[in-house]
Amino acid sequence: MNKLKDMFVFTDSKGKFDIFGFLYRYGTIVVTILAIIYFSVSVENWFTFGNMTNIFRSVSIVCLIALAMTMSLTVDGFDLSTAATASFAAVIAAKVMILWELHPAFAILLPILVGCSIGLINSFLIIKLGISDMLTTLSMMFVITGVSITFQQGSAIYNYMPMLKGGVAPGLMSEGFKAIGQHEFLEIPIPIFIMLAIATIVHIFLNRTKHGRFLYMTGGNEEAARLSGIPTKKYRTLAYVLSGGIAAIAGVVLCARLGSGEVDSAGPYLMDAVAAAYIGYSVLGAGKPNAFGTLLGALLVGILMNGLVMMSFPYYSQNIVKGIVLILGLGLTYYKKKG
Amino acid sequence: MDSKGLEMKGISMVFPGVKALDGVDFSVKKGEVHALIGANGAGKSTLMKVLSGVYQNTAGEIFIDEQKIEIHNPMDAKKNGIVIVYQEVDTALIPHLSVAENIMMDYLIGELKGIFIDWKMIQREASETMKKLGLDIDVNKLVSELTLSEKQMVLIGRAVFHKADYLILDEPTAPLSVEETDRLFEIVETVKNRGVSVIFISHRLDEIFKICERITVLRDGQLVGNYLTANETIDTIVEKMLGRKLESTFPKHEVEIGGKIFEVRNLNGEGGVNDVNIHINAGEIVGISGLVGAGKTELVKLLFGATRRHSGEVVLNGKSVAPKNPAAAVKDGLALVPEERRREGVIVQESIETNSTLPTLKKYCNGPFMNAGMLRESALKTIRTVGIKAPSEKQLVSKLSGGNQQKVALGKWIISDAEVFLFDEPTKGVDVGSKAEIYKLIGGLVEKKKGVLYATCEFSEILGLTDRVYVMYNGTIAAELVTKNTNEEELLLYSTGGGRDE
Repeated sequence: MNKLKDMFVFTDSKGKFDIFGFLYRYGTIVVTILAIIYFSVSVENWFTFGNMTNIFRSVSIVCLIALAMTMSLTVDGFDLSTAATASFAAVIAAKVMILWELHPAFAILLPILVGCSIGLINSFLIIKLGISDMLTTLSMMFVITGVSITFQQGSAIYNYMPMLKGGVAPGLMSEGFKAIGQHEFLEIPIPIFIMLAIATIVHIFLNRTKHGRFLYMTGGNEEAARLSGIPTKKYRTLAYVLSGGIAAIAGVVLCARLGSGEVDSAGPYLMDAVAAAYIGYSVLGAGKPNAFGTLLGALLVGILMNGLVMMSFPYYSQNIVKGIVLILGLGLTYYKKKG
Repeated sequence: MDSKGLEMKGISMVFPGVKALDGVDFSVKKGEVHALIGANGAGKSTLMKVLSGVYQNTAGEIFIDEQKIEIHNPMDAKKNGIVIVYQEVDTALIPHLSVAENIMMDYLIGELKGIFIDWKMIQREASETMKKLGLDIDVNKLVSELTLSEKQMVLIGRAVFHKADYLILDEPTAPLSVEETDRLFEIVETVKNRGVSVIFISHRLDEIFKICERITVLRDGQLVGNYLTANETIDTIVEKMLGRKLESTFPKHEVEIGGKIFEVRNLNGEGGVNDVNIHINAGEIVGISGLVGAGKTELVKLLFGATRRHSGEVVLNGKSVAPKNPAAAVKDGLALVPEERRREGVIVQESIETNSTLPTLKKYCNGPFMNAGMLRESALKTIRTVGIKAPSEKQLVSKLSGGNQQKVALGKWIISDAEVFLFDEPTKGVDVGSKAEIYKLIGGLVEKKKGVLYATCEFSEILGLTDRVYVMYNGTIAAELVTKNTNEEELLLYSTGGGRDE
C-alpha cells in the first residue's frame, strides 16, 4: 500500500502537489503522449496504423544503436564508435554475400563477431591503457570508418555491381537476408520486432540478472563495486563487447533494409542515438541508462521528427526540437541528482 | 634569544556543537623549531588554521613582536609572513607548470604589474631560492615530474622566496621515506639558520626530539603546557598527550580462541607495506594500531588484493592464497569493510537492498536471474541483524545517517561466508550509539569462530575490543602485544617509533 502511495501521489512535506517529482518520473512519458495527441489532432491521417509502423520502423536502427550505447553507459562509459561499427557491419554483411558468396548465416555471424572484437579493442584501450572512453571511441570511430571505406574500396556494395576487372559482382544478397529489413509480419515490419526483442532482452539482462546489476554497480561507484568483490574490469570489458555486438546487429538490419552495403550508412544515426540513450535516463525517474527509457527516447525523437515533417516544419529546423527535448530530459535528471 | 616572535593568546574556536579550541596560548620564538603535538582531535590543525587565516577564531589575540595583528583570511597571514605547508602538497601546486612558476606563483598572481612576464627573471629568482636551500632541483622541470618530497621542497622554497618568517609544516614526514625525511630536516635546519621559525606538527615523537627545541602539547582543545625538549623524554610527553583515564564502552565477548586460520609472512607491497608478519586465530579479534599514515589502510587493502603485492605469502586455513584482486579475495573467504565509507564501502545512490546483497548476490539467483523475493528477504534480515534504522529496504543509502550507512557497509559482509574479516576504521565518523552496536556485531563474528582484523588509530578501541594487537609504524609491524598486558602509553610509544632500540 505504501509503495503504491509512493508511486502515484506526489506531495511534498507541506502536503502540496510535488510537480517536480511528478515530472521527474513521468515527464518524458507525458511529453510523448502530448506530442501524440497534438499531432493526431492537428495533422490529418497522422494517427494511422500505417504511419505508426512507419515511425517505429524509422527509429528501429537508431534505437538499436542507442541500446548499444546504453550498454557502455551502464558502466559509466561512453561508446561513440557504435554508429561506425554498425556501418562497418553492414558493409561486411554485404561483402560476405555479394563478393565472397558465402552462406547468408555468415552475413549475420561475421559482422557480430567483428562488432564484439571492436568492443574488445575499445575496452583494452580504455581499461589497460587508461585513455578516456570518449577519446578512445572517438578515435575508434575514425579508424573503423576509414577501415570500412577502404575495405569496400570506396564504393557501395550491391547486387550486380560492376567490378574493376570487368563483369559484375558474382554473388547476390539473399532474399531471406533482405527479409530481415524489408518484410513484414502481420503487417508490421520485421525491424520493429528485432528492435523490440533486443530492447526486451537488454532490459531483462540489465534488471533481472546479476550481470546487469554488476554492470550498474560498476558504473555507480567502481571502487566500492571492486571492493565488494565484483571483477569490475571484466564487467567494463563486457559492456563494450556487448555494445559492439548490438551495434553490429543494427548494421546487419540496416544492410538488409537498404539491400546493399553503403558508405558510412549508419553515421547519421549517431547523434540521434546519443540523444535517445540520454533521454532514456529521465524515463520513469530511472536516473540511469536503461533499455526501456532508450526505446522510449528513440520513439519520442521519431514521433517528433515524423510529426514535424508532416506539418511541413522545415527539416533544417528539426534539430532545434531535438536539442530542446534532450535538454529537458537531461535537465530533469541532473537537477534531481543535484538535489 | 630576546626576540619575542609570534604569540597567540587565549585562542578559542567553536564549531557547531564542539569547542575545538578553548583559550589556548601558543608562542614561537624567532628562529626556533617548535613542535605542536596532541592526539587526533586535540586541536593542532584547528589552531594552525586559525593562525594561517583559514578559520576565524572566536576569541583571542595574535601578536608578532608584541604588535597585535589581525588575521581574517589567508592573505592576511601571508602578509604577516605566516605560511603553511599542508600534508596534501598537491592541492597547493599546479602540476603542469614548471617548478619556477610554482615557486613564483604568488608573484605571478598578485604582485606582477603589467602584462608581460619576464621569464628569465622568474627562472633566475627561483633557482636562487633553491640554491639558498641547498637544493638541486631543475627549476624548468614540471612539478608533475617531481617526487612527493621534492614537491614539499618546492612549497618550502615558495615560502622562503616570499620571505616567510613563520613556516608551519603540517605532518610533513608522514608520506616520506627515511632518507627523504633526513633531507627535509636538513632543509628545516637551513631555513631556521636564516632566521625563520618553523612550527612542526607530527605524530612521530622520535622526529620531534631530533629537530625541535620546544614542544607544545594540546589535549581536547586545551593547552597542556609547553616544554623544553631537552628536559623531556618520549615517555613523559606521551603521558602529557593522554592524561586521561579510559572508560570502557565495549561489550565483553568471551570466546575460546582456536587455532591459526590466517597467516601473513614477509608481505611487501604497494603503499609502503614493508615486511609484515601477522597471524589471526579463529575467534580472535586482532588489532592493527598505529597513527594516521602508519600504513594500516595500505596493509588491509593489500591483504584484500586491492593493491599490488610485491612479495610475501598469505595463508588462509592452511591453504596458500594470493588474491590478485578483491574478487579473488572474496572467493578465498576474505571480507573488507573499507575506511572511506561513502567512496568505497557503499554505493550511495542505490538502495539498502542493492547494497546489502551485492557481495552475496549469487546466493539469490537462479542461474543468472535474480530472485526478487530472496533479495528482499535477505535485505530485511540484514536490516534486522545489524539494526539499520530505515523505513524500508528500498530506501536509498544516501538518505541514511552516517552510522546507518556504515551498518549497511558492515551488514553486506556479515551475512557472507567469509572466514576472515578486515575492518578499517569502521567507527570513523559514527555516533556513539552506533559505535557500541558495531562493536557488538564484531563480537558476534568471533563467537562464530571467524577471524577479525581491526585497524584503527583509536587506542581506546584497541584496548577495549581486541585480544592481541600489532602496532604499525612506517609501513611495518613495530610490535606485537597482548592487549590485556598493554596500555595506551605503550601503544603510543611504539606508534611513534619509540622503543625500537630496546
